Amino acid sequence: MRKSILLIILLSGAAISHAQAKDVTVYTYESFTAEWGPGPQVEKAFEAKCGCDVTFVSAADGVALLNRLRLEGENTDADLILGIDQNLIAEAKDEGFFAPHGMDIEAGLVPVEWNDDTFVPYDYGYFAIVYDTQKIETPPSSMEEFLNGDASNKIAIQDPRTSTPGLGLMLWIKKLYGDDAPEAYAKLSDRILTITPGWSEAYGLFTDGEAPMVLSYTTSPAYHMIAEDNDRYQAAAFSEGHYMQIEVAGLTKKGAENPQAKEFLSFVVSPAFQDIIPETNWMLPAAPMSKPLNPVFDELVQPKTALLYSSEEVALKRKDWVDEWLDVMSR
Amino acid sequence: MLALFLLGALAMGAIIALIVFAVLGGSTVDIIDIVTDQYVWRIIRFTLWQAALSTVLSAVLAIPVGFLLFENKYFYGRELLLRLFAIPLVLPQIVAVLAIVSLYGNQGFVTQALEGAGLPVGTIYGLSGILIAHVFFNMPLIARVVLGALNAMPSEYERLSHQLDMGAMQRLRHICWPYMRPALFNASALVFMLCVTSFTVVLTLGGGPRATTLEVGIYQALTFDFDIPRAVVLTAMQLALTAFAVFMFARAGGNIDAGMTLERTRPLIIKRDIRQTVLSVVVLGLAALFVASPFIAIFVKGIAADLLKLIGQPAVQNAILTSFVLGALAASLCIIVTLALCEGAVRKGPMQGIYSHAASLVLVVPPIVIAAGWFILLRPFVIVYEAAPYLVVCVNAAMALPFAMRFVLPARQAAAQRHDRLCAQLGLYGFNKWRLVLLPTMIKPLSVGFAFAFALSLGDLGVIALFGSEKVQTLPFLILQRMGSYRTNDAAGLALMLCIFTLGILMLADRSSISLKGKK
Repeated sequence: MRKSILLIILLSGAAISHAQAKDVTVYTYESFTAEWGPGPQVEKAFEAKCGCDVTFVSAADGVALLNRLRLEGENTDADLILGIDQNLIAEAKDEGFFAPHGMDIEAGLVPVEWNDDTFVPYDYGYFAIVYDTQKIETPPSSMEEFLNGDASNKIAIQDPRTSTPGLGLMLWIKKLYGDDAPEAYAKLSDRILTITPGWSEAYGLFTDGEAPMVLSYTTSPAYHMIAEDNDRYQAAAFSEGHYMQIEVAGLTKKGAENPQAKEFLSFVVSPAFQDIIPETNWMLPAAPMSKPLNPVFDELVQPKTALLYSSEEVALKRKDWVDEWLDVMSR
Repeated sequence: MLALFLLGALAMGAIIALIVFAVLGGSTVDIIDIVTDQYVWRIIRFTLWQAALSTVLSAVLAIPVGFLLFENKYFYGRELLLRLFAIPLVLPQIVAVLAIVSLYGNQGFVTQALEGAGLPVGTIYGLSGILIAHVFFNMPLIARVVLGALNAMPSEYERLSHQLDMGAMQRLRHICWPYMRPALFNASALVFMLCVTSFTVVLTLGGGPRATTLEVGIYQALTFDFDIPRAVVLTAMQLALTAFAVFMFARAGGNIDAGMTLERTRPLIIKRDIRQTVLSVVVLGLAALFVASPFIAIFVKGIAADLLKLIGQPAVQNAILTSFVLGALAASLCIIVTLALCEGAVRKGPMQGIYSHAASLVLVVPPIVIAAGWFILLRPFVIVYEAAPYLVVCVNAAMALPFAMRFVLPARQAAAQRHDRLCAQLGLYGFNKWRLVLLPTMIKPLSVGFAFAFALSLGDLGVIALFGSEKVQTLPFLILQRMGSYRTNDAAGLALMLCIFTLGILMLADRSSISLKGKK
């Protein structure tokens, strides 16, 4: 007991910064730094450009990333964070850890207007229902058709309490149905095989053949087509539009004083970085690339309408909306 | 005493750190609000209900399995079966869940076969799925603990029961049951805790948010909501409820006198009753099939992967090495602390009961709480990614402790009752007492405890996540990482490797215990 108290007393006073001034420390999520992810190539390209050392520190996912920053507070090692999505932007700004990027963000390739002064989008994607062409011949062409469709064709989805795609589906339906969302959830509940805590469990059930449909991204089929030369799994295009996920990077207050960190942030929207993204992160580039996109990406579903809530609205209403979802799904 | 203190510090330090962090951050908590929340009570009801059902089912099934494993000491494949029983603990839950679904899911092998035979089969998603998975994880554990307790019974008793021509049922009731009972309830308490904290199994196989455990609530509070006070209150509720349950289990289990033995009895030659042989074959056969079939599913999926290419990857080699080093260190630390706690537990006094049970409660503090708490505590002093391996070892050792205790404590208690007085008379203390008296009698349970601790530490990845994982990539971590980025084939191959390596480790542990015993 005494030891813990001593530790806590020391804790409140001490603060040591570990990173060296000249180098760049980037907090990101695990799949970014995996050996096949964008991390290793990005590190090499940027280090060659600036002659400094880039260190990636990874957390499990975007949510864990932000929470790590919250635990570290003012004493963070991070110069930048890369990998939270637009849903978390408002909450992240409220914490006051971030500095304005001070860059002119070109309209870029993200199909929504972007005027955030703190975060820079580096890639984006759309949620979609991915189906197994060997089991489903005619996929639903709209959310409405999907919700009212054949109840024997089940889908594996993720829980909005624990998973980002799960939250995405909930917001997607909320955006389309507004106050009628509870009725839509009730219909959805008949279509569900199971609700998993994360993306991996649901996608595993899907590729194991247990569920003919899964909630994933429009870009998921690109992985199977490019890396496995397999076009069995395809995404269904919904006429009402698809909900978006935009992944962003931002400078911390510490990073704002590090010129190399600023340089990294502009690197993120440069062609050298964007070239790496599509076939390592399996998302769409947010800024121009120096080479044409792999033609497989042209075969993917191209949503006509991009659906999105502002991050302020999500921050404000997420809890109530999740409770509403829970209420219907627990019946 | 010190061991117990350190253990408490590990869990409580984390919780206190979180509280201080929250208070310094100016958060307030309306405890009444949480305690009267309908949602919280609904998930508590479900948590306790599924945990109680899973525990009862696992325990009831483990009784015949454990007893018949004891009765039939020599049959082909017995050792393999016993080793297999340790592996469910190693598997990352996601791997086990997918393997179970491939058998019992809507498109599963067993389901299809039963439907083909015209039998009506319900869906796995719901309580049935949760129960199947929990029995798969926990029945083998209880059976092993029960078997361990039976092995600590004086073999004269068994011999005498045969001389008296007792039937199997009579032997179970009058001879074995008194020895099985404390172990059974003790193991059940442990299983109850594991089921209370179940997360992936409950969400994935439960079918929907009706099936939500408190652990999910705590996870939600510490991730998306980042509501530390709520997480702390929920953790406290989980601790309180489970402590009460564990206390009840301990009361129900009672104690048993170790009895005297010469430990020199020769193997018995027993005339077998044909009915009992048939029963043994059926029960053990079904148990073996039930526990082994998910591994067969993992094997089938695993060999489809390019294993040679996988093992050639530096990341995989590193992960294997990391897993083994961390696992071995955690298991060693765990055994040392276990022995210290056992010493406390055999010493008469008011603290006696605390040693054997308090240690278990560390299991009910969610890894994410421990990780977040220690992250806050350590960060000002050390570079956390470099501290990660040490913390992983400590936490894994603590998590494995309740398991190891259940194998080692019965043997230590028996040894205390049989030999402590004689040792005291002979003036045999400390290291010499250990070398000459305790080690030879306890080597088998120690090696089983070590093996389980090792298996458990290989499979755990709860605390790594927050600490930045470049330096500590274990095999289970790699499996999750590959699954999270479409590489399901790789993940299947790695899961197979994990199983094979663990079997190998368990075999080595058994071998070394035999050769050590031989030196006696």
